[in-house]
Amino acid sequence: MNDRDFMISAGGISLAFLIYWFAGHPYFVTERLVMFLTIMIFSGTLMFYIRKARRGEDIFLRDIPGLKAIEEAVGRSTEMGKPVLYVPGIMDMDQVETVAGVIVLGHVSKMTARYETTLNVPVSRAIVMKAAQEACKESYLMEGRPDMFHDDMVHYLTDEQFAFAAGVNGIMVREKPAACLYMGKFYAESLILAETGNSIGAIQIAGTASQAQIPFFVTACDYTLIGEEFFAASAYLSQRPELIGGVKGQDMIKVIVIATILGGVLLRLLNDIGLINFNILQFLKVT
Amino acid sequence: MFGEIFGAWVAVFLTFAIFSFLYKDNPFYKIAEHIFVGVSAGYWTSMFFWTQIQPNLFGRLWPSAQYSDGFWYGIYNFFGMISSSIFPEGGIDKGHDMHLTYLIPFALGIMMLLSLFKKLSWFARWGIAYTVGMAAGLRAYGYLNSNVLGQIRGTIIPLADPDLPMFSLLGASHFNNLIILVGTVTGLLYFFFSKEHKGNFGKVTRVGIYFLMISFGASFGFAVMGRISLLIGRFVELITYSSAQYHHATLWVLVIMVGLLGYSAYNDKDNPETERS
Repeated sequence: MNDRDFMISAGGISLAFLIYWFAGHPYFVTERLVMFLTIMIFSGTLMFYIRKARRGEDIFLRDIPGLKAIEEAVGRSTEMGKPVLYVPGIMDMDQVETVAGVIVLGHVSKMTARYETTLNVPVSRAIVMKAAQEACKESYLMEGRPDMFHDDMVHYLTDEQFAFAAGVNGIMVREKPAACLYMGKFYAESLILAETGNSIGAIQIAGTASQAQIPFFVTACDYTLIGEEFFAASAYLSQRPELIGGVKGQDMIKVIVIATILGGVLLRLLNDIGLINFNILQFLKVT
Repeated sequence: MFGEIFGAWVAVFLTFAIFSFLYKDNPFYKIAEHIFVGVSAGYWTSMFFWTQIQPNLFGRLWPSAQYSDGFWYGIYNFFGMISSSIFPEGGIDKGHDMHLTYLIPFALGIMMLLSLFKKLSWFARWGIAYTVGMAAGLRAYGYLNSNVLGQIRGTIIPLADPDLPMFSLLGASHFNNLIILVGTVTGLLYFFFSKEHKGNFGKVTRVGIYFLMISFGASFGFAVMGRISLLIGRFVELITYSSAQYHHATLWVLVIMVGLLGYSAYNDKDNPETERS
C-alpha cells in the first residue's frame, strides 16, 4: 500500500467513525472512549513512523552502551574459548519481557554462530524452551552454520524459581562462561545469578523491565538495559527499518504522554480555580 | 516423631549444603542443587497436571454432570481403561459444564508434544504463536489502562489545592506533587532514543536518571531488608533444630560438613586443578 492509499484508507476509516459517532454510536461503550482514542492515536503514530522508516528515511537512534557491549562480550568469550550463558528470565511467553528476551537471544545466537562460540541457554518454562530453540535454530541457519546448532544448547531446568537459580549457579561455577547475559523477566533470583556471575569474572549484561530487580542488576552487572532500553534492543541489534521506526514511534508516544500530563495539570488547575468546568481526571477514567 | 526429626535433619543438611556455596562449589552444594532441581521439576509437572490439565481441561471436556453412553464418553471410557485415576468412572466431577471449545487448547497442547518428533516439531510453533498472540492482545488493554492512563491520571497533580501543605514527609504535599511531576516527565525523557542526550535536553535527561537511580536505591534497600528477614527465618529454624528434641541436628550437621570440607581442602591443596577453581 503506497502513502496515498494509506492516507485515503485512514481518512475513510476516520470519516466512517465520525458518521457512526454522530449517528448515535449504537453498541459503543462510551465510558471507554478514552481507551479507544488512546489505542487509535498510539497505533496511528507507530504505523506512521514505521512507514517512514520503511521508505528509507534516516532515523537517528542514540547509542546504548549495554547493547554495544553484547558483541564485545561474545567476542571476549570467543577469545577465551569459553561459552556464553544466556538466561531469558524465569517467566512464560505470555510476558512481554520474555518475548523480548527470546528476540534478543535470536541476535545473540547469530553472533555465537558467526564467532563459533558455544551458547548455553537454561530456561525455566517449557514453551520458552521451544521458542528459544526455534530462535537459535533460525539464527544458526541464517548464519550458514546449521551444523553448530543442537537442541541441547537450550535446555529446561525447572519451573521452581530458586531451584532454577541454584541450577544456573551450578552451570556458572562449573562451565565458567566468559559472558553472562540475563534478558527477560526476573524476580528475587536476579541478585543470586548476577553475584555468581560476578564471582567467576564473567562480563555481565542484563536487560529487564522488572522494576524491583533493576537495582540488583545495576549493582552486580557490567551493563544493564533498563526498561525500555531492553525493549528497544531488538531494533538496535537488527537495524531493521520497521523496528527502528517503531522505536521512533514510541518516542513520539512519550511526547504525547508528556504533553497530556502537562496539559492535564493546567486543565486541572483551571478547573480547581473555577475558570472552566471540565474534570480531566474524570475524562481519563476508564471503567 | 521419627518423621519430624528426620525432616529436621534433612532441612538442616540442605540449608547448610546451599550455604556451603559461599565457600566454593562442592559436593554438598551439588547434592542439594540436583535434589532441588530434580524434585521441583517433577513436583511442578505433577502440580500442573493435577491442578490444571486434569480438572480444568479434561474436567470441561468430560464433566460427570453430562455423562451419557454416547460416542464422546465412549472415548472417555477408553482412556479410563488406561488410567482410571485421571479418567474416573462416570466423568470428572470438578463442578464444570461441558465446553467443547477446550478442544482447541487440548489440540495446541498435543501440538507442543509433537515437538518430540523431529518431522512434526513445527506444529509446536502454533502453540507458541497462540500463547504470544493471546497474551499480547489480552494484556494490551490492561497495560494501557494501568501503565499509561493510570500513570497519566496519577501525575496530573493539583496545583491549587488549599488543603495541601507545602511540605510533608509522609503524606501528600505541594512539594511531593512537584517531585512526582518532575520525576515522571524527566524519567520519560531519559528513555527518549531518537535524540542525542546533549545540551539542555541532556541536562533534563540527567535529572531523569538521578530520579531513576534514587528510586532504584530505595528499592534496593527495601529488597535487602526483605532478604535479611528471610535469612533470619532460616537462622531461627536452625536454632530450633539445634535443640535436644531434634538430637542437636544443626550442630552435628555443621561439624560433619565443615570437617569433610576441611579434609577435602587439605587433600586438594597441592592439586592445581582445584586451586584454579
